[in-house]
Amino acid sequence: MLGLNKKDATLLGVVAVLVIFAPFILNPFPQDSAMAQFNAGYPDLMQRFVIFGIFAIGFNILFGLTGYLSFGHAAFLGVGSYSAVWMFKLLSMNVIPAILLAMVVSGLFALLIGFISLRRTGIYFSILTLAFAEMSFRLAYSVLTPITNGETGLQLTLEDPRILGQTATETGGIPVTSLFGMEMRETATMYFGGWSFQFNNGYYMCGVILLLAFYISIRIFRSPFGMMLRAVKSNQQRMNYTGLNTRPYTLAAFVISGMYAGLAGGLMASMDPLAGAERMQWTASGEVVLMTILGGAGTLIGPVLGAGFIKYFENIFSKINESVLHSWFHALPDGLENALIWIAEHFVGSGWHLTLGLLFMLVVTFLPGGLVEGGQRIGRLFSRKKQADKKTATQSTPAE
Amino acid sequence: MGILEVKNVGKRFGGLQALGDVNLSVAENSVHAIIGPNGAGKSTLLNCLVGKLIPDTGSVMFDGQSVLGRTPYEINQMGISRVFQTPEIFGDLTVMENMMIPCFARRDGAFKLNGIKSVESETEIRDRAEAMMEDMNLAEKRHMHAASMSRGDKRRLEIAMCLAQEPRLLLLDEPTAGMARADTNNTIDLLKEIKQKRDITIVIIEHDMHVVFSLAERITVLAQGTPLVEDVPEKIKGHPKVREAYLGETAAA
Repeated sequence: MLGLNKKDATLLGVVAVLVIFAPFILNPFPQDSAMAQFNAGYPDLMQRFVIFGIFAIGFNILFGLTGYLSFGHAAFLGVGSYSAVWMFKLLSMNVIPAILLAMVVSGLFALLIGFISLRRTGIYFSILTLAFAEMSFRLAYSVLTPITNGETGLQLTLEDPRILGQTATETGGIPVTSLFGMEMRETATMYFGGWSFQFNNGYYMCGVILLLAFYISIRIFRSPFGMMLRAVKSNQQRMNYTGLNTRPYTLAAFVISGMYAGLAGGLMASMDPLAGAERMQWTASGEVVLMTILGGAGTLIGPVLGAGFIKYFENIFSKINESVLHSWFHALPDGLENALIWIAEHFVGSGWHLTLGLLFMLVVTFLPGGLVEGGQRIGRLFSRKKQADKKTATQSTPAE
Repeated sequence: MGILEVKNVGKRFGGLQALGDVNLSVAENSVHAIIGPNGAGKSTLLNCLVGKLIPDTGSVMFDGQSVLGRTPYEINQMGISRVFQTPEIFGDLTVMENMMIPCFARRDGAFKLNGIKSVESETEIRDRAEAMMEDMNLAEKRHMHAASMSRGDKRRLEIAMCLAQEPRLLLLDEPTAGMARADTNNTIDLLKEIKQKRDITIVIIEHDMHVVFSLAERITVLAQGTPLVEDVPEKIKGHPKVREAYLGETAAA
């Protein structure tokens, strides 16, 4: 199907089902229950899941296949966001030209940075990309203020020309982003018993693009080009002595993953039309590295899982504050309650980074292949049990 | 005029004259061995042939074209393949994938952005890789990760990968280094078989005299960066200069 083998087609199908039914899957708890704060099925967060999923899928094409660890991928995300917002300011509020420009500009930017950085490998490559990203961040923050609007961030105003659209709506407000008139922020809510499920236009558009991005990534992984990229990771010496020029292969991978990042940045701006320099900061670059490694670098689904995992933690764990903890532990004796809360509050709320860090350490130490390896191990455990059952069954026969 | 002509090649590393004034002519479809004691400059010479090093002086011509100033992949595309002392293969990839990569390199050149077609659908490449694996007795191991094979199989795979490109010149850098006697003999038989089956020129650098005298049609003896003598194996064996510089030591050992 679609030029994929059965296994990959199944994987794509599973991801498609997850994307379509995410508003249900991520909202398992009724609205008024105590567990409702663990619901993640609201548009803003779901959009972030898929957008960072796209970002991580692209990063994985570079890091997972070629082994080149870029520490500056957020620069492309930022460039994509700025390009998209400029498109909203100058052309129209339609997201398609904005996303296309975001991809083109970030692709060109990646070509430039990749051309220079890919002259080195290993840690030197990582440091070069990090340096370029920090440079981009500083430029966006101060020097290029006319283009980026400095620390305030680039926003839409009522004076923007928008030559193909309208400068202001009839009511005098700033128009909203749309896909040929379909507003991105529009959300339909479905009530069912105690539950409420939200279906957001922007989320579904991002979801469709995620599926497309995931499909293209599968095709690249299974293509001769993907095989060459894995060969680069495995042995560059042999590549050279097999008549293959590694440079254009790595550069192509770098540009493709830069365009994925630009696409993610463009989508971010399409959901919420503003762009700030902090999107390019090194912490943002580090985050996508964490996502990819946590999920499983070099695997197809890993980066998407990692992105979902980290974004869930960032948004859900960070919301658990002291009063929430009090409500959880209020049944306990006072002294014990306070002690438990004192311990727990370091791991939730603004301390969620600590929990994430611990989990990351555990995953990297015990599951070097990331969450995907965890899943595979569980799968193998079950199949081994089955095999073991069969074995004992056959072994017992001759004894009788 | 040989297929490979090395003229007056010299290479200096700081104060060390690694290669003095090397002249070498390799006839087409012959097996030519380069021997010499440690530090004689054998590997330096080989590196000058494949573009890893650029000699300070002299010229290296392959089939009438200079190889100097070209990168290793360009030289490879001219028809020179190299087998390394420790097998250089794609350890993370399967044997099948290892075999397909040189087939792609031969068909598509140094770079092709072939990102949409799947590897599965490249039947022509797969058939070539399969045929080569059959030929080299690697077919049963096609799904194995190359890194998990035995040393002898890795060597076999590396040679198979080189041959899949149909090179005109095959360079072997101590192909039996660190091998047990049985593996060494297998490698000798393999190389003999290869030579029988196809038109190929082989240049072999080797320490092991048993290997050299079983395979070579001509031998160049290198000592301290300069060729001492060049002759057929029978003459080399009894040559007094060679005995003094090299064979005497190994015979005693």
